[in-house]
Amino acid sequence: MIFVAQFLPELVLLLGALVLFVIALGESQQKLARTVALIVAIATFGAAAASLHQQADLFSGAYRVDQFSQLLKLVLSFGFVCVVLLSGDLPDIRGEVKSEYYLFLALSVTGLVMLVSCVEIISIVVALELSSFPLYLLVPMRRERAGQRSQMEAAIKYIMFGVAANGIMFFGLSYLYGITGTTHLVELAARLAPAVHSPLAITGLGLAFCGLYYKLAIFPFHFWTPDVYQGASNETASLVASLPKVGAVAVLIRFVSLATPENAAVATMLTCLAVGSMFFGNLTALVQKDFKRMLGFSGIAHAGYAVMGFVALDQAGYTAALYYITGYLLMILACFVVISRVSRDGANVAIEELAGLHRRSPLLAATLLVGVFALAGVPPFVGFMGKFSLLSAAYARGHLALVIIAVVNSAIAVYYYLQVVRQAVFGETNASAVATPISLAWPTRILCVILIFGIVALGVVPGTVIDTISHSLAFVTTGPATALLGR
Amino acid sequence: MTSPGSTEGFPLLSILIFAPVAVAAVAALVRSERWLRWWALVGTTAIALFSLQLWTGFSTGTADFQFVENAAWIPGLKINYSVGIDGISLLLVLLTTLISPLCVLCSWSYIKTRVKEFLLCLLIMETAMLGVFCALDSILFFVFWEAMLIPMALLIGVWGGPRKIYASLKFFIYTMAGSIFLLVALIALRLHTGTFHIPDLMGQHYDPVFQCWIFAAFFISFAIKVPMFPFHTWLPAAHVEAPTAGSVILASVLLKMGTYGFLRFCLPIVPYGTHVFAPYVLWLSVIGILYGGFAALAQSDLKKLVAYSSVGHMGFATLGIFALNTAGLEGATLVMINHGVTTGALFISVGIIYERLHTRELSAAAGLGKSMPIFIFFLGVFCLSSLAFPGTNSFIGEFLVLSGAFAVSLILVACAVPGVVASAAYNFRMLQRIAFGGTQNPDHHDLKDLNFREIATLVPLLVFVFWIGLHPQPFINVMHASVQHLVAQVGSGAISVPAPLP
Repeated sequence: MIFVAQFLPELVLLLGALVLFVIALGESQQKLARTVALIVAIATFGAAAASLHQQADLFSGAYRVDQFSQLLKLVLSFGFVCVVLLSGDLPDIRGEVKSEYYLFLALSVTGLVMLVSCVEIISIVVALELSSFPLYLLVPMRRERAGQRSQMEAAIKYIMFGVAANGIMFFGLSYLYGITGTTHLVELAARLAPAVHSPLAITGLGLAFCGLYYKLAIFPFHFWTPDVYQGASNETASLVASLPKVGAVAVLIRFVSLATPENAAVATMLTCLAVGSMFFGNLTALVQKDFKRMLGFSGIAHAGYAVMGFVALDQAGYTAALYYITGYLLMILACFVVISRVSRDGANVAIEELAGLHRRSPLLAATLLVGVFALAGVPPFVGFMGKFSLLSAAYARGHLALVIIAVVNSAIAVYYYLQVVRQAVFGETNASAVATPISLAWPTRILCVILIFGIVALGVVPGTVIDTISHSLAFVTTGPATALLGR
Repeated sequence: MTSPGSTEGFPLLSILIFAPVAVAAVAALVRSERWLRWWALVGTTAIALFSLQLWTGFSTGTADFQFVENAAWIPGLKINYSVGIDGISLLLVLLTTLISPLCVLCSWSYIKTRVKEFLLCLLIMETAMLGVFCALDSILFFVFWEAMLIPMALLIGVWGGPRKIYASLKFFIYTMAGSIFLLVALIALRLHTGTFHIPDLMGQHYDPVFQCWIFAAFFISFAIKVPMFPFHTWLPAAHVEAPTAGSVILASVLLKMGTYGFLRFCLPIVPYGTHVFAPYVLWLSVIGILYGGFAALAQSDLKKLVAYSSVGHMGFATLGIFALNTAGLEGATLVMINHGVTTGALFISVGIIYERLHTRELSAAAGLGKSMPIFIFFLGVFCLSSLAFPGTNSFIGEFLVLSGAFAVSLILVACAVPGVVASAAYNFRMLQRIAFGGTQNPDHHDLKDLNFREIATLVPLLVFVFWIGLHPQPFINVMHASVQHLVAQVGSGAISVPAPLP
């Protein structure tokens, strides 16, 4: 059964989702569902690790298992474990749907895990939708209470923008299909190569990217971001903020590599989006009071940084983008662990509420410190190395203006990250009620330590990771598209 | 340009750089505050003694980097772990290892809350500072350079004075904003030359315009760190609010990182850019000397006074550096060391006053001399040193700097002289008020004079004041070859410049 070995992570996830579905049928059994979800997550991680070196083309070549996809599956399943650990007992999810929550969580991750392996347009679309629709449902699952109905608004926004962006994406994909007559990416790349500079192809590519911009929250597809972060429960926001972005970067690499290595129009388009995202995200984040909303805007800026890697249109750039987004996964999860533990009864956390965190829970304060400084791009954390490799990649291809804009933006961003640090580490609580210590369960502690360790390790000794990512991206340069262009 | 020096395969520098982190790791497990302090003291002292091996093993005859270690770090980005020292960095490394145990000592009773975190920050700072002075790979340099931001911001922000948060954020944002341009410059150099290895970046004869841009990027980040006028505004805030140990580290070591950056990056890598901008930088230095001197004269807060005097002293350092001749550079390096010794000692002295009076107002400290004679002896020596009294360390440094600057321009030196006078004025004003300030503070008589720990903190610095002041030759010998080499390197950029001196 070679097929099973290659398809193992997906099978584990699907089976797990099935079990969760059965659990969700009966009375709400949140504890059981949670345990099952955790087991599924860990099993998926194990399966992804076991099938790391598999190579195969499945389903008539629509589904490719290679180093790239397997590496991302490992990252995604790691994120899945983190999100389940982070969710705790879902304080702000309506009681009767708590077990369903885990079902949709698992389904969404299934979609993402499949997405990174898809090399055929139709299957990409299906996987993308599979990962999106459960998220649309997770957002409004938040409990309703006095003064808290924003989850419905957030959910509607999320769906509307999602559907619209996907519609635009399908439209673009139809152009690509129209030009080439195939839905298979490898073949599509080969047939597109002679015409890749034609306005039609560029329009098609540009529109096709839109669905992924939406996932990544790139300006001007970002409008849902702050509202969804704020409206969704802390746990849901941590999911929305982390895993889909990794998936989106993966697919974006596949799509953008269609335009590799030289395509001034695509590069210009991406540059504009990156610049817009960075400025919009950072400048708006400066004035935020709600921590999640701030992270939403900072997420827009970080997506802008990641797009810088795509501007380079070469392997180094994609490596940098993927490395950065992997680091971002850790950093943002570190912030969200703190949010969901600091939050009382699952409510949103204002930045001011972090005051005196170092007294209430030193471990959380340390996690927040590491996460926030990493987001700010301070060495020795992964945020710095990621930004550094992105800047190098973009500069290597001569995008000096973009590099300087990015650098200016990281300077702007320091300010609002420091506001968080200021509250958490320097700030003193004045209300004694807030100053109660936060007791952390063991899973949370382990999660905190893993995230801190990961952020530091990826920043200090990124050699192997970068090499692995770079090797896994070999298809970008050895693909037929570039071969035809005589590179 | 580099040849493996006397390394013998023993990773002396790596052990030195990472020893403080190891000490910190053990300290993290210690629970008792008393044992923590002792452990940190023993650890930093052992590191200081260990670093003497560099001094004894250093061969002064060559400008090559010594104790060189190379290892691949991130092959994917062509970043290497490579460390090594020359005569200039050797002195700064030794200064850092000397200052660190003194920081532990001077915060012995000053820091009462969160002692463990405080000592961890200090030790991590030490690693970062040593790393900056030893790094031979520009990205490694940058990582250490930035890595000290967080512990320093915490030192100021957590254990500082009333406006600590403002000061801490200002420090962080200022330095971070400056250093990102450094990063861009390093990336630009890497793409030009294909390497991050600092010695390989030197002597490349880059395009003149490119050199000017690189110099500008370097200059912003290093000038903020020094800090040079007009980038100095973070310094008084940070100094005033920082705890004593924070001020000492800030003054003694952190500020040196800026001038060290000039010496390691600007002069040898972009000599043409240096020559183009040097006249302006010289004038900025003179403005800094004057501004620091006169601003210090107007302060009533002791720490602010010393902080502004730092601006003036560092003005001498940059004046010497951008004189671009042997006397100037040797003088500048000595000024860096001297400033580390003297200003560090002055900050410790101010800390001693603050611990007793809980204020840093000069007027409140007036008349301390009656009850604290031993303290006044130390303070007197350090004040004399600060005003560059002959026989003390600063005299040698400032004399060399001025003679170096004299070779460049007479007007320049003439303009700097009032700064020297001002430094005499503010130091004597401080000393006179504290030692013989009269009886306006009658509650001073029950103050305790220095205890053994405080004397032990100040004595090493006192020794260096006189050692460098009376017998500076060993220090100059150590750096001489490196400075000569540096002068030759920067001289190569001067060919096409028609000496645009004002």
